[in-house]
Amino acid sequence: MTPDVKQIQKIIDQHHGDKSALITVLQDLQRKFNYIPPEGVTATAKALDVPLSKVYSVATFYSTFSLVPRGEKIIRICQGTACHIKGADLIQEQIEAGLNIKAGETSSDMKYTLEVVNCVGVCAMAPAVLVNDKMHGNVRCEKALKLVK
Amino acid sequence: MRIDSIPKLEKWRKKCQREYNSRKRKIFVCLGEACLANGSAEVYDEFKKELKKRKLSDVQVESAIKTGCHGFCALGPLVIIEPEGTFYTKVKVKNVAEIVEKTIKNHEVIDRLLYKDKKTKERIAEYGKIPFYEKQQRISLRNVGTIDPYKISDYIAVGGYTALSKALTDMSPKQVIDEVSKSKLRGRGGGGFSTGRKWATCAKVDDEPRYVICNGDEGDPGAFMDRTTMGSDPHSVLEGMILCAFGIGSTQGYIYVREEYPLAVVTLQNAIDEARDSGILGDNILGTDFCFDIKINRGGGAFVCGESSALMKSIAGEVGEPRAKYVRSVVKGLNDKPTVLNNVETFATIPVIIDKGAKWFAKIGTKTSTGTKVFSLAGKINNTGLVEVPMGISLREIVYDIGGGIPKGRKFKAVQTGGPSGGCLPAEKLDLKVDFDSLTEAGSMMGSGGMIIMDDRTCMVEIARYFLSFLVQESCGKCVPCREGLYQLHKICAKICEGQGTMEDIELMEKMSLTIQKASLCGLGQSGPNPLLSTLMYFKDEFITHVKDKKCPAGVCRDLIKFVITDDCTGCMACIKVCPVDAITGEKKKIHILDQELCTQCGSCFDICKFDSIEIK
Repeated sequence: MTPDVKQIQKIIDQHHGDKSALITVLQDLQRKFNYIPPEGVTATAKALDVPLSKVYSVATFYSTFSLVPRGEKIIRICQGTACHIKGADLIQEQIEAGLNIKAGETSSDMKYTLEVVNCVGVCAMAPAVLVNDKMHGNVRCEKALKLVK
Repeated sequence: MRIDSIPKLEKWRKKCQREYNSRKRKIFVCLGEACLANGSAEVYDEFKKELKKRKLSDVQVESAIKTGCHGFCALGPLVIIEPEGTFYTKVKVKNVAEIVEKTIKNHEVIDRLLYKDKKTKERIAEYGKIPFYEKQQRISLRNVGTIDPYKISDYIAVGGYTALSKALTDMSPKQVIDEVSKSKLRGRGGGGFSTGRKWATCAKVDDEPRYVICNGDEGDPGAFMDRTTMGSDPHSVLEGMILCAFGIGSTQGYIYVREEYPLAVVTLQNAIDEARDSGILGDNILGTDFCFDIKINRGGGAFVCGESSALMKSIAGEVGEPRAKYVRSVVKGLNDKPTVLNNVETFATIPVIIDKGAKWFAKIGTKTSTGTKVFSLAGKINNTGLVEVPMGISLREIVYDIGGGIPKGRKFKAVQTGGPSGGCLPAEKLDLKVDFDSLTEAGSMMGSGGMIIMDDRTCMVEIARYFLSFLVQESCGKCVPCREGLYQLHKICAKICEGQGTMEDIELMEKMSLTIQKASLCGLGQSGPNPLLSTLMYFKDEFITHVKDKKCPAGVCRDLIKFVITDDCTGCMACIKVCPVDAITGEKKKIHILDQELCTQCGSCFDICKFDSIEIK
C-alpha cells in the first residue's frame, strides 16, 4: 500500500503540533500503515517543529517502530525468561528455518515478518508466540511452524 | 452521571451494591490474558447464550461476569460460581451447558472439572481451600477476579473510592502522606524506597506544577503482576494515584504502559473515562476544590524506560535515555518539575492503607518490609500464576506449598528473582525469608516480583548468558561501562557456553562486573552484572565444568553435549514424533536410532522420554 500523504497528514494533525506527542504520532502512523513510511517521518518533523534527526532517533531507539514495510503476518516470539527456559530458542529456530527468514526480517513475498520480543507477560503459559496480536501459549516446538503459517 | 458531592457517592454506592448483590448467584469467567488465549471469551459468550436460552429465575443473564485474571493461569479458562465458591478449571465451550444444567440449576458439583491436587490426588471444590489460594493474602490483588474491570459500579460496590471519600472528608493532604509514611510501605517496583518519604519530599518542594506518574512499564521478563492489576482492577490504580495527587498537591498524572500490553491500555482508558464521567477525575473531584486528571502514555518497547528518568523523557516524547541523578526526580522530574513516580502495585495498595489505616497494614509482613507482595510464578513449576503473600514468607513455601513443586518430578535448581537486575538463588536458600533486605543480602533482589523457577534441565551458565544478551540489547548506549562492558561480558560468557572459555575468563568477568556496577550511569548498568555474579557465587562449579571438562551437566549448551539413546528404549516412538529435524528413526517396540549427523542437540527427545532412556553425554 502506497502511503497516502493526506492520510499521513490527518493522523499527524490530530495532535495539534504537540512536541511531547512525538512517540504517540509515530505509534499512530505505524498502526495505520504497519510501518512508519519515510513521508511520515518528514511530515512529523515539520508538523511538530522538531529536527528531522530527532524524529529519526526516536523512531530508531524504540524497538517497536519499523521504518521498513512489514509482512501481512507479524510473528512475535517471546524471549522472556520463562519462555527462554521452556525452549523459546528451539521455537525460533523452527520458525526461522521454516519461513527461511531470520528474526527481524520480512519474507520476500511480504507475507511474514518475524520479530523477537522480550516478554509479553503471559509467562504462565510459556513459551508464547504472537501472530498478529493473537496469543498462543504452551507452544510445542514441533508444532510451532504450523501455528504461524 | 456526574457525582458532585461525597454523600451522593455514598448514595450511589448503595445502589451499586444492590445491583451487584442482586445477582444472587454469580458466574465469574476469567478473561485474563492466559485464559483468553485458551478461549475463555468463547466460554463467556456461551454462558450468556445458555442463560438467556434457559431464563433461570434466580440467575440473570448478567450473572455471567467477565473478570480479570484470577491468578491461577496454569489451569485456564477458570470459572468460579459464587456464593458457593465452586472452582472449575480448564472449562471449554462444550462444558457450559452441563455447568448451567447441573451446577446452576440443580446445585450439583461436576467432579471432573474441579481442581485436582497433585499431591493428594483429591478434587477440591471450593476455591479458598486450594493450596494455591489458601496461603495467599490479597491486598493489592483484592478485587482481581471478582469484579468486571469495565464497570466502575462494580468497583464502587466492593468498597472502591471509599478511601478517596475518607481523605476528602476527614483528612488533610499532610495526613494522607503521614498515613502512608506510617504504613512503612516500600515501593513495589523493585528499589524498595519508602513511598511516604518520597511523597513528603515532593510535597515540600517549592515549585509547580507537580506530577504523579504511574510506572506501568513492566519490562522485567517473567513479571506480569502489573499487567494483571491494570487489566483486571484499573480503578484501584487510579484511586491510589488520586490519593497521591491529593497528598502532594498535583493536578496532572500520567500512566506509562508498555506497548506490549494493549489490553491494559483499553481497560485503563475505559476506567479513566468512567471516572471522569462520574466526577471522580477531572475538575472539582466529588464537588471539592481538588482537581486532577490522568493521561495514558504508551511506551515504545524499551526496557530502559522502566528507569524513572528515562521514563520521564519518554513521556516528554524523547529518546528514553536516563540522566545522572544529582538532583532527584521528586525535585526535578518530568519537564524539570517535582514528580512522584510509583509503580502499579504501590498505587493499588494505597487505597487499602488509607481505608484500613497504616497500623493495620504495618502489622502484616516483617518489620522493615511491611504488607504483602505479589509474585508471578513461572518457569519450571506446577502452579504458574500470580500469588500475593505476606512479606517474610519463605521461598520454600512459595515454591512447594503454593507453587506445588517442580513438574515431572525433576529437581529444583534455582529461583530467579528481580529480573535482569536480580539473581539466581540455589536450593540452599529455599528457607530464606522473602523481603527487600534479605533478598539483596543473598545477592539477588526483590525487583518487581518476577519469580522464575528453574530445574536441573536449566544451565546456569546459559542463563547468565541469556540475561547478559538481554541487557546488551536493551542498554541505551549512553554510558560506556554499560554499553561496552556488558557486551564484553556477554561475549566471554557465550564463549564459555561454547566450551572455549578459560579459568582466566571467569576471573576477568568478575573483575569487569565490579567496574560496570560502580561506573554505570543508571540502574540498568549498575545492576546489570547481578545475574552473572549471583550465578558465579552459587553455581561456580557449573562454570568450571564448562571450562575444564567441556561439559554441560544440564544438557543445554549444544556444543558440549550429545544425546544418546540407551538400551532401555522401549520403542514407544514418542521421541520420533517430537524431533524437529527427523533425526530419530525406528519401529514400534524396537530400540530407536538417533542420527548424530542430523541431531541439533535441542533436547526435545530427552524431555519427552518417559523411560529415562535418553542420556546426555
